Order: sequence, then C-alpha cells, then structure tokens
Amino acid sequence: MALLEIENLQTHFRTPDGIVRAVDGVSFQVEAGETLAVVGESGCGKSVTAMSVLRLIPEPPGKIAGSIRFNGRELLGLSEREMRDIRGNEISMIFQEPMTSLNPVLTVGWQIGETLRLHQGLDKRAAEARAIEMLQLVGIPEPARRVREYPHQLSGGMRQRVMIAIALACNPKLLIADEPTTALDVTIQAQILDLMRDLKRRVGAAIVLITHDLGVVAEVAERVVVMYAGRKVEEAPVGPLFRNPRHPYTQGLLGSVPKLGSSLTGTATRLSEIPGLVPSLKQRIEGCVFASRCAHATDLCRKVAPALEAKAPGHLAACHYAPRESRGAAAMVAA
Amino acid sequence: MYAYVARRILATIPVMAVVALFVFSLLYIAPGDPAAVIAGDQATPEDVERIRQSLGLDRPYLVRFGAWLWDILRGDLGVSIFTNLPVSTMIAQRIEPTLSLMVVTLLFAVSVAVPMGVVAAWKQGTLIDRMVMAFAVLGFSVPVFVVGYLLAYVFALELDWLPVQGYTSFREGFGPWLENLVLPAIALGSVYIALIARITRATMLEVLQQDYIRTARAKGVGQRGILFLHALKNAAVPIVTVIGIGIALLIGGAVVTESVFAIPGLGRLTVDAILRRDYPVIQGVVLLFSFVYVLVNLAIDLIYTLLDPRIRY
Ligand SMILES: Nc1ncnc2c1ncn2[C@@H]1O[C@H](COP(=O)(O)OP(=O)(O)O)[C@@H](O)[C@H]1O
Ligand code: SF4
Ligand SMILES: [Mg+2]
Repeated sequence: MALLEIENLQTHFRTPDGIVRAVDGVSFQVEAGETLAVVGESGCGKSVTAMSVLRLIPEPPGKIAGSIRFNGRELLGLSEREMRDIRGNEISMIFQEPMTSLNPVLTVGWQIGETLRLHQGLDKRAAEARAIEMLQLVGIPEPARRVREYPHQLSGGMRQRVMIAIALACNPKLLIADEPTTALDVTIQAQILDLMRDLKRRVGAAIVLITHDLGVVAEVAERVVVMYAGRKVEEAPVGPLFRNPRHPYTQGLLGSVPKLGSSLTGTATRLSEIPGLVPSLKQRIEGCVFASRCAHATDLCRKVAPALEAKAPGHLAACHYAPRESRGAAAMVAA
Repeated sequence: MYAYVARRILATIPVMAVVALFVFSLLYIAPGDPAAVIAGDQATPEDVERIRQSLGLDRPYLVRFGAWLWDILRGDLGVSIFTNLPVSTMIAQRIEPTLSLMVVTLLFAVSVAVPMGVVAAWKQGTLIDRMVMAFAVLGFSVPVFVVGYLLAYVFALELDWLPVQGYTSFREGFGPWLENLVLPAIALGSVYIALIARITRATMLEVLQQDYIRTARAKGVGQRGILFLHALKNAAVPIVTVIGIGIALLIGGAVVTESVFAIPGLGRLTVDAILRRDYPVIQGVVLLFSFVYVLVNLAIDLIYTLLDPRIRY
C-alpha cells in the first residue's frame, strides 16, 4: 500500500457558463518518503489536484469525485472534523505566495504554534518554545527574537521558511508544496530547495512537489507526473523522463531544458513554449487532449482518446504513437 | 508610540477649540437680537435689557468668547436662563441615564452586529445572508421613533414583558436598571446594528478571499477559528472605524429615543432647552457631546495600532 493513492480523481467546478473539468480522471500514487513532482503548464489542474487531496476545494462550486486514500483511509469519505485532524498534522501544504500566505496580524511564533496547539495539545509556552526550535530548523537567524515578529517584518524567502516551519511542525507524513519557489528570486529559490531536501532527509516526509520549473524537478524529484488539461499524460522516474520523454507534450516541455543534473542557478529552466492554447476545460474533449497542439496528431488522435499505458517499465504515457520499449516488459508492468 | 499618543492628544486641542467657537457662536448664528431671541415673545424691553447685560453683549465678540472659554476650562458652563441652576449641575443630574443608554446600546449593537456580519459573509448568498442584508436595509430606513413606538407597543403594552417607559438608576439594582433600557437600546441600536453588520459582512467577504485564510484551513483550523480569529482580526480596522463614526448616530438617536421612552437624560434636557431657548444649556450639552465624540475617535485611532501591527506612526 502506498502512502497516498489517488484514483480517477475528478474535481469539477460549476460556473455560470458551464462545468469546468479542472481535474478529469487523474490517478497516481506517492510512496512513503518519496519525492514526486507534478509538472505541467499553468492552468492544467496541478493546484486543484493538491487542494483536492486536503479537501480544501470549496464545495460548491467545486465537487470532488473518485478516490483519495491516505494510509489506506478514504479521505473523500471523512467528515470535515476528521479532515481537520489530518490537515497540518499528517498532510501539510506550502503555497506559492509567501508574501500573502501568512496572516499579517498574528505573530510568526503564534502561527507556527497554532498547529502544535491544535494537533498536539501543547500549551502556549510549550508551543512557543517549539516554534523557536522550528525557526532554527528552517534556518532563520535569531529565532527567539523573530518568533515575536509579524510577517511584514520578514523578507519573502524568510516567510517561505516560516511556511515550511508551519508545515513541518507536526512531523507530517506528506508535504504538498505547490510551486514553493516560483515567487522567489533565483538564489533564494536554491536555498529553499536545499532546505526542503535537507528537512525531508531529517523528517522523512514524502513530498509532492508541484512546479512548472523542470530544473527544480531534475534537482529534487524521484518520479514525475506530467499533467495536461486536467489529465495525467505521462508518468516516469525522473531519469527516464528526462532522457526519454514519450509523450509529445512532455517532449515539448523539455524542448529547451538543460540536461539532468545540471546546475539550477542561472540557467533558464522554465517550461519551453509550446505553440497553441490549452483547450477549454468546459467541453468534454473527444480524442487526445493534446491533439489541438500536437505536431504528430492524426485523425485517429482526434477521434479516439489514447489509453494511458506502460510504454516501458514504470513509464506511462497517453499517446497512440509513443514508442514502446519492448512489448513484453511493458505488458508486465501494465498488468 | 508614547510620542504618538501625546501628539494625537495635542492634535485634539485645535479641534476642540473650533468646536468651542462654533458652540459659542450658536447663539449669534440664530437670526435676530440674541437677547430678544432668548427672552421670547412675551418679554418686556426690560427683560431683554437684563438678558443683554447678563450675556455681556455690550463687550466685543472675541472678548466674550475668551471669557466664556476661560469659564468652561474651569468647569463653569454658565447658568441656565430658565432654571437659574448651573448648567454643569443640570448635566450632572441627567448624565447617568444617557450614559447608561449609550453604553448598553453600544455593547448590545456590537455583540449582535459583528456576529451577524460574520455569519452573513460566511454563508454568502444563502437565506441567512439575505435575511441579514434585508435587516440592514430595514434598520437604515425605519426611523428610530417608529421602531421605538412599535417595540413599546408590542413588548410593553401588549405582552407586558418590559416597562413602557421611564428610567431606574442602577443604584437601585442591576435588574430594574437593565429592564428599562432593553427596549430603548434595541430601538436606538437598530440603525447602528445595520451599519456595523454591513461593514462587517463586506470586510469579511474580502478577507475570506485572502491567501492566509487558505493557509489557516490547510493547517486544520476549524470554521470558528477561521472566522472569528484569522479573518475577524484582519477585518477589525474598518469595523472599529464604523463603530466610532456611529457614536455620532447614537448621540443623535439618543435624543429621540429618550423622548419616546420618557428617559430623563441629556437628550430630554436638550430638547427642553431648545424649546425654551435656554442657550447656556444647549451650549453645554453640545460641547459635552462633541467632546465625547472627539475622545472616542482619539481612542479608536489608538486602538488601530493594537489591532494591526502594520499600522505604525
Ligand atoms: N474555484 C474555481 N472555480 C472555477 N474554476 C476553477 C476554480 N479553481 C480553479 N479553477 C480552474 O481549474 C483549472 C486548473 O487550475 P489550477 O489547478 O489552479 O492550475 P495550475 O496547474 O496552474 O495549478 C483552471 O482552468 C482554473 O480556471
Ligand atoms: S495521441 Fe496523437 S495527438 Fe495525442 S499526443 Fe499522441 S500523437 Fe499527439
Ligand atoms: Mg497552481
């Protein structure tokens, strides 16, 4: 049993002009202690997937269907009360916007301590002492002084460190980081990534790292899920994915990206531009979701949706024409 | 911080000076000879002359103002033309009912309006929200005296739950004191509640969209903690501001409410003084109300710094 098992996740939003299928049948698993990257262009449903796991999607207008099992427990069947015991405790989350994600009128120490008081029943003093330890752990100098400060007194990088401290305070088994470095400048990005890797080693949490920065993926992830228009189009260990991407969309994304293991700093590692627009999520798409932008698209692609199949051991792709390594090996994995 | 407080207190002095000048001029803004105005229609020329002298109208304007101001600073608000009692004594006799009414109304209104606004924002678009908004519109558009007479009719005359009118000093017991204030406080508070509930709802709607609310939910904070701690603390500044501005509404409304419920307070005193053209009393009461208003707004400015750490002076 994997730590997190997502099966056929469908998160739809009812809007005045139709139903937005933000996530439409996504499945993947996260093993304990593993780092999984989820990549894809902006708007392809990464954040909605993450928010669905913690059931932070407002319902209505949202609606989550499918199955999300955490440690074997079906999260979609839990009450709000039971979900609250999981949030910030067993599963925590870091967001993209460090400047606005902390409450401006509460001290940093109070905000770190809040999770400890909520989930571990610490009293005020014990929570503050632990908050100071956490600030130390995430590399904030003079933690005893900083703990009494307010977010506006800290820089963006510092604030993201505080967010990490909040997320890790209760030793969660799973940390979901939604573009944790996107809003930071390059040197700070590298520091935050180093910190996350270091802490992961110490705490042993699994990480789902959402990003559209393939340089980050190459640096920290073990496995990668590629999303497009609310679907998973490819999934593979990081090495094979970078060396041998099977899906034309992934190939497009990787177009201008430096080789695996190259240094993060300095180089442009954003997703390369793929011509064309992401299809509207309001209509059910017949055929391959990528067909409108794919250079290899055929009539078959436009009519029949390709199945997500193992093209090599542990390497899934949803494309009619993605090359297979060898039938025997692929069939074994798929079975 | 202390320097700021000191500066803010000093800054109220010119404001109060302007208010004092205005209050002093009240008598002279009214058309006609002030002495004749005060003396009334049936006065003899001798009466008018006597009043003219007692007001010192033969001296220059600014000299009179200076003398008047000096008296006030020493706590002497003059003598009532009608009762010949010192104005300060008359105010002292009447201040308890008015103060009681305002404080009870304030506490009642805030403790009803803020949760109302919060819940309306939380349940935006639902029946509860629409009911709160409908009440807010109603509270604005129905005059205080209508609400007052309606409440008195239903709860005092028909149901006989509460006294129809009058006032009992709290020295005679908390129960009787409060009993007499319930209906007046509701009548006076309705506009105030409407005002605070609207601002609370609007501000909370905005705050609930913020990223830090999402963070709080991701931490496992419950709905109550989200609304009343994480969100309300951020919404506090506009809410407290409107509570302060609304004090002016309360002062105006107190005059009407005291008439409706026959409460022997400053409002009644003011109405009586106006009817009798008892200018020293009018001036004393207006001065007092202005002073309270300036003081409340000073207090609110200072409260801001406690509510929002980003506000520094
Ligand atoms: N509350 C909502 N109502 C309607 N549509 C939404 C809502 N939240 C997200 N979406 C839509 O879901 C899609 C996926 O968004 P998101 O998961 O944020 O993308 P990203 O991969 O950039 O994180 C977008 O098209 C977005 O417009
Ligand atoms: S199935 Fe066809 S359209 Fe879709 S990615 Fe593969 S080649 Fe392109
Ligand atoms: Mg996103």
